[in-house]
Amino acid sequence: MARESGEAGALKSCEVRKRTKRKSKKESKSRIVCSNVAYERARGAEEPHKHYANNKIKTTKYTLLSFLPKNLFEQFHRFANVYFVFIALLNFVPVVNAFQPVLALAPVIFILSVTAIKDLWEDYRRHRSDKEINHMDCLVYCKSQRRYVEKYWKQVCVGDFVRLRCNEILPADVLLLSSSDPDGLCHIETATLDGESNLKQRQVVRRFLDLDCEFDPTKYDSVIECERPNNDLGRFRGYIIHRNGKRDGLNKENLLLRGCTIRNTEEAVGIVIYAGHETKSMLNNNGPRYKRSKLERQMNIDVFWCVIILLVMCLFSAIGHGLWVFQYGETRPVFDVLGPEGTDLSPALSAVYLFLTMIIVFQVLIPISLFVSIEIVKICQVYIIHQDVELYDEETDSHLQCRALNITEDLGQMQYIFSDKTGTLTENKMVFRRCAVVGIEYSHDANARRLAMYQELDSEEEDCLSQGGTLPRRDSASSHQSARVVLRSQSTKSHRRTGSRAEAKRASILSKHTAFSSPMEKDVTPDPQLLDKVNDCASQMEFMRLHAQPLTQLPSELSDIIDFFVALAICNTVVVSSPDQPRQKVRMRFELKSPVKTIEDFIKRFTPSRLTSGSNSSSSSSLATRSSAPRAGSSLLSSPSAEGTLLKLEEENSPGPLEGSFRAVPAHSVSEEAELRYEAESPDEAALVYAARAYKCALVGRLPDQVTVELPHLGKLTFELLHTLGFDSTRKRMSVVVRHPLTDEITVYTKGADSVIMDLLRPPTSDDTKGKRQRKTLYKTQNYLNLYAANGLRTLCIAKKVLSKEDYAAWLKSHLAGETAIQGREELLFESALRLETDLQLLGATGIEDRLQDGVPEAIASLRKAGLQIWVLTGDKQETAINIAYACKLLDPEEEIITLNADSQEACAVLLEESLHYIRSKFLCDAPEQASRALQDDPSSLPVLVHRLGLVIDGRTLAYALDSSLEDRFLAVARSCRSVLCCRSTPLQKSMVVKLVRNKLKVMTLAIGDGANDVSMIQVADVGVGISGQEGMQAVMASDFALPRFQYLQKLLLVHGHWCYSRLANMILYFFYKNAMFVALIFWYQFYCGFSGSAMIDQWFLIFFNLMFSAFPQLITGTLDKDVSAETLQDRPQLYMSGQNSEEYKPYMFWMNMIDAFYQSLVCFFIPYFAYSDSDADLFSWGTPITSLALLTILLHLGIETKTWTWLNWASIAFSVALFLAIALFYNASCPSCYPPSNPYWTIQRQLANPLFYLLCLITPVAALLPRYFYRACQGTLFPGPVQVGRQLDRLPPEARRSASGQTKVTGGHHFAPRPPLYHIPGFFCNHGAEGYKKREAPTDSAREGAGLSAGITAGGGWGPDAPRGGLPPEVDTLLHSQGEASDGRLYANAAVGPSGFSLADRATPPPPFTQHECVPLTPSATCVQRAPGGEGLGLPPSTATRPEGGAVTSTADSLETTLL
Amino acid sequence: MAENEEKAKAQNRCPDNSAFKQQRLPAWSPSLTAETVLPFFYLLGIACVLLGVLLQITMQNTQEIKVDYTNAESCDMCFETRKYKVNASRECHCSITFSLKERLEGDVFFYYGLVNFHQNLRRYMDSRDDAQLLGRIKKLKNPSVYCGPNFQYANGTPIAPCGAIANSMFNDSFALFFHPLVDRPLRVPLFRKGIAWYTDKNIKFHNPYVPNESLPQVFQATAKPLYWQKPVYELDPNDSTNNGFINEDLIVWMREAAFPNFKKLYGILDRQSSKMFEQGLPAGNYSVSISYNFPVQYFRGRKQVVLSTVSWFGGQNHFLPIAYLVTGCVTVLVAVVLTVVYIKFGKKGLKMED
Repeated sequence: MARESGEAGALKSCEVRKRTKRKSKKESKSRIVCSNVAYERARGAEEPHKHYANNKIKTTKYTLLSFLPKNLFEQFHRFANVYFVFIALLNFVPVVNAFQPVLALAPVIFILSVTAIKDLWEDYRRHRSDKEINHMDCLVYCKSQRRYVEKYWKQVCVGDFVRLRCNEILPADVLLLSSSDPDGLCHIETATLDGESNLKQRQVVRRFLDLDCEFDPTKYDSVIECERPNNDLGRFRGYIIHRNGKRDGLNKENLLLRGCTIRNTEEAVGIVIYAGHETKSMLNNNGPRYKRSKLERQMNIDVFWCVIILLVMCLFSAIGHGLWVFQYGETRPVFDVLGPEGTDLSPALSAVYLFLTMIIVFQVLIPISLFVSIEIVKICQVYIIHQDVELYDEETDSHLQCRALNITEDLGQMQYIFSDKTGTLTENKMVFRRCAVVGIEYSHDANARRLAMYQELDSEEEDCLSQGGTLPRRDSASSHQSARVVLRSQSTKSHRRTGSRAEAKRASILSKHTAFSSPMEKDVTPDPQLLDKVNDCASQMEFMRLHAQPLTQLPSELSDIIDFFVALAICNTVVVSSPDQPRQKVRMRFELKSPVKTIEDFIKRFTPSRLTSGSNSSSSSSLATRSSAPRAGSSLLSSPSAEGTLLKLEEENSPGPLEGSFRAVPAHSVSEEAELRYEAESPDEAALVYAARAYKCALVGRLPDQVTVELPHLGKLTFELLHTLGFDSTRKRMSVVVRHPLTDEITVYTKGADSVIMDLLRPPTSDDTKGKRQRKTLYKTQNYLNLYAANGLRTLCIAKKVLSKEDYAAWLKSHLAGETAIQGREELLFESALRLETDLQLLGATGIEDRLQDGVPEAIASLRKAGLQIWVLTGDKQETAINIAYACKLLDPEEEIITLNADSQEACAVLLEESLHYIRSKFLCDAPEQASRALQDDPSSLPVLVHRLGLVIDGRTLAYALDSSLEDRFLAVARSCRSVLCCRSTPLQKSMVVKLVRNKLKVMTLAIGDGANDVSMIQVADVGVGISGQEGMQAVMASDFALPRFQYLQKLLLVHGHWCYSRLANMILYFFYKNAMFVALIFWYQFYCGFSGSAMIDQWFLIFFNLMFSAFPQLITGTLDKDVSAETLQDRPQLYMSGQNSEEYKPYMFWMNMIDAFYQSLVCFFIPYFAYSDSDADLFSWGTPITSLALLTILLHLGIETKTWTWLNWASIAFSVALFLAIALFYNASCPSCYPPSNPYWTIQRQLANPLFYLLCLITPVAALLPRYFYRACQGTLFPGPVQVGRQLDRLPPEARRSASGQTKVTGGHHFAPRPPLYHIPGFFCNHGAEGYKKREAPTDSAREGAGLSAGITAGGGWGPDAPRGGLPPEVDTLLHSQGEASDGRLYANAAVGPSGFSLADRATPPPPFTQHECVPLTPSATCVQRAPGGEGLGLPPSTATRPEGGAVTSTADSLETTLL
Repeated sequence: MAENEEKAKAQNRCPDNSAFKQQRLPAWSPSLTAETVLPFFYLLGIACVLLGVLLQITMQNTQEIKVDYTNAESCDMCFETRKYKVNASRECHCSITFSLKERLEGDVFFYYGLVNFHQNLRRYMDSRDDAQLLGRIKKLKNPSVYCGPNFQYANGTPIAPCGAIANSMFNDSFALFFHPLVDRPLRVPLFRKGIAWYTDKNIKFHNPYVPNESLPQVFQATAKPLYWQKPVYELDPNDSTNNGFINEDLIVWMREAAFPNFKKLYGILDRQSSKMFEQGLPAGNYSVSISYNFPVQYFRGRKQVVLSTVSWFGGQNHFLPIAYLVTGCVTVLVAVVLTVVYIKFGKKGLKMED
């Protein structure tokens, strides 16, 4: 259709299509946009883009009129609300009513209106921000005035021309038609969209690029056809049809997205394509997520139980009433009121009526305010977490964000953590460490020393401060002052700890908006040897050029070195900018216009004459001769002595075609010299560019068609950039096609993952010396790559390829076909890239260090101690991943590692079976049959032992293992391992793993990641955490919580998660108790009033009891209570297990609370009953004391359950009592006849004057709470849970506490022992891609080192040091572990390596003399920790579990040891 | 300076380091273990026991006499008479005797008691119109629907006071006689007013007031409740100020008892009018002559006459001292158990902590 219309006038087609569109609005797959200006002229009044949204945004849900109905409708989606309204309406039926109908509506209306006000306020805020945005200004072309006029954003329509100036925010999605930039470029910053702070280049639509004069909207008459609005930020497809029928493809490079900021560009003009709600950013904007937490799910079950209890109570009363009526027989007593018709009601009918009445009377049992209270408490919790200063990251000025408001307590119940590696565990700040060029390794020792210095600097500060910081430890009994001292010392600590980071921050503020540029990354100390070679090479080249020798005569080693650095510098998408003029583009004009885009262009440019006679054209040799002399002088300025290589640049407005590339630096610009800034899409690119710069091979400018590199001696070389084949995750490489200015050859530089590059290399053809050398280089480089990987470095291979003109022409043809294709363009381009990237010549390899984030090993260690299983899912290669895992203490050198690499489904099945077998034979602590069954069959049925094992699996094997036939076995293996590492996994696999674990094991899962590849995993997990780090905001957008650093996960889970969980769990239990206790009072009374449904508690008190009198203290406690202090929670991660096992809120606790509630209500009912039974008290004179003392009892009950009392707790309790008294006094005095049917006039006043009232209020709470108080006291002494022990620890004086925690560290943990960050495997390299079953043994002592390596050490031998001690008690054994670890534990023996087989050497050997000690002592005193699927296995506190006789009854500190250590 | 500013700017999102926001409010965190709660338990237990003893001593000074007259002595006949509704209008008088072995000291309260009479039924309790009793003319003629079927007769005449409570008002009357050994029986003077709550008498209950109309005229358009023998303005033949809605027996009756067995105040001994009763009721023989009107057969009820003295915390109350004593003892017992627990298991903890 578009094609046909191409020939006809574009304008007309626009109209035609407009009509068809109107007819079939939904079916149409594209959107057509034509100029509003042109349209007006041609067609008159009718609006062409009538059906496209305009730019006015409205994110509000309601209007003034629709608010009430719509909001109510939404609220009634919650079942509880419907139920409460039903009850309130029941009150309007006269025969069953229990309360004054209007009064009965009060709670429902209150609840509904609280929610409504909340919604209204949120909506108002949205409205205000909408208004603000809608009224922003922008320049829109006005057809009548024939110029751009200021308009509000909301007045912008599709088809309008907007003019954008520098630093303006885009009002809509705009197709770029003109830019003040001579290259037709426009830079935008997309930070608001995806958080990436680097600049992105956008290009003017091709045909408009060639316009000589300024773009004139009135002359624009093309029609744009593009896809319908969608939310894919990274995609835009369409084409523009010009008047002459020609079509140009449009892609995302032409589209400027709403919300981005124009940078570096004076002015740009574009036509609005999508406006308002149809812009990509708005379509991407989905609000906060709602999840239901585990605790709430559990709570809902108990709410259901409450309903059942309610129904039972009502039924009981109804039957009772029926019988009561029945016993009087035919003659009714005077007090039995006749029915509404004046006749007696039959017993059955009165029972039915009464049943309904009772539902109303007992409605309090279903906690109407529970839902609202939970919401309020959660919002407060979220606020408090937000405010935590320790979760604030100074460097990025960001703190934790809770994006999901209602799953805070889930944080306290996590069992599995799935973590991304890059950017999550590591900083994603890439530091160039070392490289190998042409098979020669340059170790960059100076660089390593420099990096070590940075690290030391940090850690030293930390050390000295932590010493100082621990001195004024907080004593719970201490005064305010000491607490404040701690606060101060901690704040300084946190501040100074990040001192070096703060400096980096300051530097980056100075040079605003720079991404990835801490001095650590920028300053690379070059390896002197390599630097010499580079200098050598450059001077030789210069010499050759001076003497007009062909450059091919250069020794290949040297030319490869230069090529290597040139590749580092140009094979990327780094944008160069200078800091002086923010975002001002550094420019070196060269005469060529743009990358080769058409065949004609190619022919024009590559005509033989030009190619051969390079000297008279743009070719570099002629330029070089002219500029070399002055250039040489200037390059001396930036000699190696000048640290931090400052580059001089100048801005040239109209550079001449020839001078541009090789001009000497004018004298005046020396004073303006400034550092160049590189803005890269990924930090490793920047790291490589900085590395190249350290070798004086500095990237100084990048334009779409050329890159300029400054080389020593040679000066600035401009490479004509023919193509850039961008990075994608399938190819795992990127390439640039350039024309080399010196040799004039078309060269492809490729940079990519070693695994792919190695396969693409040209095989050494001949057996001559060259081929041999090549092979040797290859072999060596591969070895170095393995070494790098083993050291935890990220490896990249650099390769090049020289293309002949013919080959290039052939390739170009197909490539251009792909580029202009409309259907399947991506695939075609992909294929063409594959065609180009073959037969490469290896230049070298680089090793980039991705530094571990601060505190990651500590965080992992303590999270693991907290009973969390940590799985790392990464896309990195196996060796890198394993070494990072060692560095961050995820894997322990002491533990065995099972490596699963299989290349077929069957192999994978066999491997899994073998591993299961192995685990079974080796790690059966007790109950072997049971455990083996657990391992074999259903993964979620039986408790499983967590062993000292690590599992490493690669992406391919993972794909097999995730198959439904194998997943159970895979899980059985994985869950019995202490840590699991999945390498080379795709985003989809990540989410599949999470889903598998979550669904099969029925555990709570947390996924943490920072990049777009983690999004699916984050969404699948129960709680998704995004790291708001370097890689944009996509992960954060998908997450429930966003953290600035991984380290903070520790506090978020161990402290806030624990608190939120225990607070909320206790509050919910308390709520159930409170309501049951209150309602039971009325229930008991039914036995004394003929089950007639009357209540001694006045209807007002009954209705407002929950909402007002008892509401505040529990909210305060639910928000602020701390069962254990933050310090202790972090010192003793084991305390987290109470949340994992739902120990604060187990099903039986609900019933215990119910029983307690019934007991208390019995006391509260019968003490006043007997006290008044023989008196002349009327109903309310008796009921009011009951209400008061029930309130007191309930508040004091809360007091027993409250762990920390701040003034807020006191105030809220005092306030509750005061509020009750005030309202009661007022209500009982306000009016003698206002509140039918009850009339408690002056009752409370008389009661307050009655000593009996006070006597009752004294004795009843004491009697009611005695059992609970006694139980709590006994529990605290006799069988304290871990949490109670933690609390007692809080109370210890600081010294004692420190000594206690010191003990833990001795016994529990080598986790805290200092250890070098990386582990070297001397002389041992894995065969790359070797399949097979590899197993790593625990390191032995150094005596075994030699034997271990050569003999392929058997498993039995591996246990040597431990075996003799098998008989020792387990406690001792743990100590031995840590001692053994002190000796050099860096050696891994490979038990069995076979390229294809599964030769299980260790399996063949008989199981070692194995004892219990090989199980992971999660708690050292426990020999084996049983894990149950439903989270019940760890239910018992270890003290009782492991010491049945001796330990069952222990004293505080004794049990404190056993429980916590 | 500039650096500071920059810093402040850079850390603009840094949360406040205040005690509240960092959850570091000074707090008291009591730990619930045997040793920490021990003193509290002992103190509480001992306090309860002491209070219990004090209450018990006080209680010993109060006395209460309860005489069931449902079908006792001569009332047996009246009981039979009231069995049948046809005899409703027939008057029946009887008397019962009892003797006081000890003098009732101080103020003596005369109650009537009913057993098994459910004044606390929900629909019974609702069946009243407070606005009518407040004396609102409009409500007098047009009682509230809460009065249920008892708000008007079939012919439309409104009932005053309406509702089931008023309808079932207790209408026996009593006269208490002291029988000195030598003298002829002496009527014990009782205050029949001042038995209702002051607020009820003066605020909650008012007679409807129409200028220049006497009470019977005001109530003219209304009818007496179904079971009543006399209209509301003739409830007290002896005292014209005690008639209508402000009749104190009516007010007392209208305050619904909490339990099915209850007593209501009928009169207070008038200690001023006679020297004999200045110290209370002397020991000796007494008789109560009863105008027996209220039928209790239908609900298997009993009727009683109660004489009682009061202490500072109300009428005779055997339960409260016992509650205190028992709670106190249990608390002490618990404290002892905790002490044992503490000595056996708790002390070790202390040692370890050192």
